[in-house]
Amino acid sequence: MPRKAKEAVYLAPGEIAISTLILAVLALVFIVPFVWMTLSSLKVPAELFVVPMQWLPKKAQWHNYVRIFNEFPFLQDFRNTMVLVVLNVIGAVLSNTLIAYGFAKIEWKGREALFYVVLATLILPFQVVMIPLFILFHQLHWIGTLLPLIVPAFFGNAFFIFLLRQFYMSIPNELSYAAKMDGAGDFMIYRRVIIPLSTPAITTVIIFSFLRTWNDFIGPLIFLSDNKLYTLSLGAQQIMHILDPKWDMLLTLGVMMTFPVLIIFFVLQKYFIQGIAMTGIKG
Amino acid sequence: MIGSRDRRNGLLFISPWIVGFLVFTAYPIFSSLFYSLTRYNVVDPPKFIGLGNYIDLVTTDPVFRTSLLNTLYMVVVGTIVITIATLALALILSNKRIKGLSVFRIIFFVPTLVPLVILCILWVWILQPQTGLINTFLSYVHIKGPGWLADPLLAKPAFIMIFLWVSGGAVIIYLAALQDIPQSLYEVAAIDGANFMHRTFRITIPMISPVILFNVITYVIGIFQSFAESFIITSGGPNQSTLFYSLYLYQNAFQYFKMGLASAMAWILLIIALFLIAMLLGLEKRFGYRQ
Repeated sequence: MPRKAKEAVYLAPGEIAISTLILAVLALVFIVPFVWMTLSSLKVPAELFVVPMQWLPKKAQWHNYVRIFNEFPFLQDFRNTMVLVVLNVIGAVLSNTLIAYGFAKIEWKGREALFYVVLATLILPFQVVMIPLFILFHQLHWIGTLLPLIVPAFFGNAFFIFLLRQFYMSIPNELSYAAKMDGAGDFMIYRRVIIPLSTPAITTVIIFSFLRTWNDFIGPLIFLSDNKLYTLSLGAQQIMHILDPKWDMLLTLGVMMTFPVLIIFFVLQKYFIQGIAMTGIKG
Repeated sequence: MIGSRDRRNGLLFISPWIVGFLVFTAYPIFSSLFYSLTRYNVVDPPKFIGLGNYIDLVTTDPVFRTSLLNTLYMVVVGTIVITIATLALALILSNKRIKGLSVFRIIFFVPTLVPLVILCILWVWILQPQTGLINTFLSYVHIKGPGWLADPLLAKPAFIMIFLWVSGGAVIIYLAALQDIPQSLYEVAAIDGANFMHRTFRITIPMISPVILFNVITYVIGIFQSFAESFIITSGGPNQSTLFYSLYLYQNAFQYFKMGLASAMAWILLIIALFLIAMLLGLEKRFGYRQ
């Protein structure tokens, strides 16, 4: 009887075939832009404008991937992007693991109220703080340096605090008590007990921090004025608006910026999905 | 006293956040409120004009109204289209009998990983009238595709297509929520002879309504803040049809250097966002499922 009831939950064989077909067609639609971008990154510019569109390049222009180093300041922009990525990841891990400990593992009056403030900042539109931040950084003479895109990372991020706090809460308090019995203070417990147990959550924070910085566009657009400091994203956007945008180079750059992210995703998939699914839990 | 030591340690641990909150969030919020009451071009000191910016925006600025209406279109049409599409996709994907589920799940998620600027470059080409992917596929079935980004009526639907392509995150969130629905509910329903429609609309959707609400709020706030897509792809055109709220805000701030006016827009945005969230939470309280 239970078996029969359970079977009824699922779709009939015909429905499964239709569902699979729908999924397959949709999957194709979702994947085609990647295929097109990769193939087009191997074309000469004129081939991009041929009507009707040709899928394959006549002759694969592998040297597009060499030209980009000469015709686009790839190394410079890549280095800037990586400086930001590394420092943002370090800042995010250092600050948020500490902050989340204060919200999850120490009991003190006012903790819950302040945590609500943290959550409230999650919905604050960036546009509200954007202009005063620009003016503040301008007055600090930080505009034209990378500092506006680095320093805030060391002062906590609501999403990461939430994510780590949720994870810390799932670590039994008995472990902390035992360490306390042995005379350990909070910082020792944080370092020796909580951090070693939290590598999955910390990995998620690293991935998301990397991704945000790598993909960020509005931050560099507003705060970077010197083209020697441009990130890959900002550099790409800037050449889109010149007279001859070198579309072949932009698509090559697109492949070079997208595929590292895809590789990281395939290797660390589990942490991505966890991080995304986590955001919905509090809903 | 252990209590006071705990409090000291607690505050010490969260102190980076307190500093960051005061400097990078609280101060800017209030300072933005102040700037919104001034005329300010960064070079000259701000000049206090009271509610002048707000009055100008609401009464005399036709572009403000256009940007607000464009954004509302994206909020209403986009929310409906994207919620139905992502929910339907998640419902299909939650069926464990379908082969290759994990592959499908990855494929629908992968577009969200494309860097924003690259996403825009890619879609400029996908939407090209002659050589674009969409119109090429349409030509295979002998339909002459339109110039998506050249037509004021089609530019916004084209943007909804872009947002659909990157809505895999919502699907993942729905899938996580669907897994949490107790199987016993479906078993009982099956005994009572409930069909697929009953199960979906009487059990599944009510059970995950808080998550639907979460995704809708996230999307709506995202739409009000979305700026890069229209900035890069259309610069607000054609005929201001993709001049969205945050793009006009950015233009005022960093192209026309009307910092006061842009700050007023930011505060109106904050109030709209809070109002929408309160409204959605109110709806949820009234009609939503409660455990």
